[in-house]
Amino acid sequence: MSFQITLTLNGTAREIALDDTRVTLLDLLRERLEMPGTKKGCDRGQCGACTVLVDGRRINSCLTLAATLDGAEVTTIEGLARGDALHPVQQAFIDNDGLQCGYCTPGQIMSAVGLIAEGTAGDDPERIREGMSGNICRCAAYHGITLAVRQAARQMDNDPKGDAA
Amino acid sequence: MPDTLTRFGSNSGQPTTRRDGIAKVTGQATFAADNHPEGMLHAVYVPAGIARGRVAHLEVEAARAHPGVTHVITPGNRPDLPGDPDAKPTRFSFRIEVLQDDTVRYAGQPIALVLAETLEAATEGARLLAPRYEAEPPRTGLDDNAPFAVEEPGFGAPGDTVHGDPEAGHAAAATSIDATYDTPPQYHNAMESHAVVAQWDGDRLTLDTPSQALAMSCAAYAHLFGIEAADITLRSPYLGGGFGSKAIPNGPMVLAILAAREAGRPVKLSLTRRQMFGPVGHRGATRQRLRLGCDADGRLTVIDHETLAATSTFETFLESASNASQGLYASSAIRSAHQGVRLDVGTPGPMRAPGEASGSAALECAMDELAQAAGIDPLEFRLRNYAETEPGTGKPYSSKALRECYARGAEAFGWADRPARPGTMRSTDGKLVGWGMGTAFFPSPMFAAEARATLRADGSATLETGGADMGQGAWTALAQIAADGIGLPLDRVELRSGLSTLPDGGVAGGSGHTATAGGALHSAGGDVVRQLSELASGQPDSPLFGAGNATFEARGGRLQIAGDDGRGDAFADILARAGLSELTGSGSASRPDADSRDYAMNSHGAVFAEVAVDPDLGQIRVRRLVGAFAAGRIVNPRLAESQLMGGMIWGLSFALHEAAVHDPRSGRILNADLAEYRVPVNADVQGLEVITVEEDDPHVNALGIKGVGEIGITGTVGAIANAVWHATGTRVRRFPIGLADLLAAE
Repeated sequence: MSFQITLTLNGTAREIALDDTRVTLLDLLRERLEMPGTKKGCDRGQCGACTVLVDGRRINSCLTLAATLDGAEVTTIEGLARGDALHPVQQAFIDNDGLQCGYCTPGQIMSAVGLIAEGTAGDDPERIREGMSGNICRCAAYHGITLAVRQAARQMDNDPKGDAA
Repeated sequence: MPDTLTRFGSNSGQPTTRRDGIAKVTGQATFAADNHPEGMLHAVYVPAGIARGRVAHLEVEAARAHPGVTHVITPGNRPDLPGDPDAKPTRFSFRIEVLQDDTVRYAGQPIALVLAETLEAATEGARLLAPRYEAEPPRTGLDDNAPFAVEEPGFGAPGDTVHGDPEAGHAAAATSIDATYDTPPQYHNAMESHAVVAQWDGDRLTLDTPSQALAMSCAAYAHLFGIEAADITLRSPYLGGGFGSKAIPNGPMVLAILAAREAGRPVKLSLTRRQMFGPVGHRGATRQRLRLGCDADGRLTVIDHETLAATSTFETFLESASNASQGLYASSAIRSAHQGVRLDVGTPGPMRAPGEASGSAALECAMDELAQAAGIDPLEFRLRNYAETEPGTGKPYSSKALRECYARGAEAFGWADRPARPGTMRSTDGKLVGWGMGTAFFPSPMFAAEARATLRADGSATLETGGADMGQGAWTALAQIAADGIGLPLDRVELRSGLSTLPDGGVAGGSGHTATAGGALHSAGGDVVRQLSELASGQPDSPLFGAGNATFEARGGRLQIAGDDGRGDAFADILARAGLSELTGSGSASRPDADSRDYAMNSHGAVFAEVAVDPDLGQIRVRRLVGAFAAGRIVNPRLAESQLMGGMIWGLSFALHEAAVHDPRSGRILNADLAEYRVPVNADVQGLEVITVEEDDPHVNALGIKGVGEIGITGTVGAIANAVWHATGTRVRRFPIGLADLLAAE
């Protein structure tokens, strides 16, 4: 059994033959496309470790069947940097120590990129904390995460057409 | 032989950003389950759905018939395991469940394993096994079984200790309290679930699996599989959190490795979140009774701390909570005692601040209750009972800047303005506000580690030890120490770690990894510097020729006479004259017995909390949390602050969030997922402040490092609970404190 879908994955069009209709986007990325940057933390939409952008919106890739994504545009952690130039959110996480073990970090960063694009939090720490609360960090690097999102939000607000756009 | 100074260069003490930061923010850091070797099978196991009894039937044929399923392993056909999984070859070994028979000892125990070509097929195969059981009534609460006497509650922890005369202390008390505190089972829940990718090549085994103790894990796997530890390559470059749960091999990992040998193909097993509640350790439940007394001046006459703690039916590890009362407050008499209860649960294990976290939670609440009963400010009460030497033993502390922690923390928090009476502070939005504090306390152990240093002709170096970075920042802090040890700038030093074929880096646990592995790296660098000194002082063309009796120091890639900046020689030049392409040194670190005998060594701190409680709904929010800590030399202030904050948030979680709840009928955990096993999210955390108090400790180890990984939990739990009392006047003695506790009290 094979099921054909077309995805734009980090800017590149991909024809994908699915071997199984049960495959989630997360397991497609991790086990079939050799893109393990997106992490599995709970596999049921409770922790946010698997957050990616689909058509610009942040979603839990563990709750999304790959077969439903024909024609979609998917952005993962591997697609954020431009060569060696980190995305402002990535750089901000390093600058503010918004990570410890790093396992939830790809999801945190994709969620932050999504949150900033939503434009609802700005650089207000309280709203950032709320908007980032779908992403659990067991190391509890929350203080640094909040500072990182604020730094990136300010930077991207000042330079919306730069690398951040 | 020339002397070389143990000194710190400019690398330690710097707030360097994480050296693994770019790998982690770009998704390039490879965690165990990210590996996918050619020909790999996926393993999924079936967790027991009862807590006690036996498996009566599995639909093996249905599972086998599912497309893609290649193997179904049950107790009936499990391949032989050379080592006995019920033996304890070392004191750090746990008995594990690897399909020995059809007995179920706790809910979540593996009862069968399915291998398949895809994860989807393995998952469905496991579901199709549809187990039927013969169940017996489960025992999952502390009252469900008779207590037993405990000799060693945790690794090396004493079960009963008495100093002075507790009965006389009770009799002499002018004011006393007798209070009992309950702490629930808690589960580590690292974001990365336990995982392994196992590959056999004959009797050689390669494992990608997160490990907090690489050499110890290899020894355990070697025992179980009847091979040499040297034939195992364990790769653990990054751990997605450990918190104590990834130090000791567990049943599911062993089953997956066994399955890989049986299948003759690589096998990956990654636990589901639900499976993280059972076979991979947890912090066992406790009930702690504290009877404290003080004289009319508020000086403690007795601390009497009894713990009843849960363990499994087949192991002994439990929370050594009472020992938290041993080293902290001066008292005429101190008694700590433990009893165990055998329950149908997975074996508890070390979880961030094992023993100390639970014990400190109860002790700091009890101290608050006694202070209130005696009419003394809680901070003043602790100062009156400040221990100048270790209570009981009289040993001097290697260093102890706790008084300064109290002062700096109180100042930053504004503690002086605290009204003594509870329930008197209100926020502008009508919430009840309360302030509480607690003392933080954690031992500063060292383990044993080895390291190797290689200096190359171009003046760069590689330093190696099989250490573990589980988020604490070992890749960075150990590199800083290594660079100082060999006298090079950080960017000239490559650190190799996280690999079992390197020198044994010891255990990343007990808050002792930086001191131990760092000590070994520093010493290996020092060995290279000593060799350079010998070479240079014998080279006629060297500016250091003939300086063999001088004391040398190394920095910035140069060897110099200590205190004489003008006279020195470059590493590269010394090697070139000697015709060497590289120079290798080795080092090790552990604590000399005499130091342990002569000094008490601990990190200390003071934590202050402000909570706001909704008077109608009972909802509790921590609004401010200030912690001041003295933990010896801080190698990297940025990373140390993150560790301390993380620990404080774990304390917040202990106080207000975390608890596993068992269904008393099935014995299963009702909330075995991240939606209902509540851990703090970002919105739960605000107003955090960490202050580090300088401490120069000449005794704890050559580097003066005490460790910061665990102490943040201690003190914090009590501080928050005490703040809840101060806000509401209601003393809740059961963790986590929830709104129901406050509403019920009305």
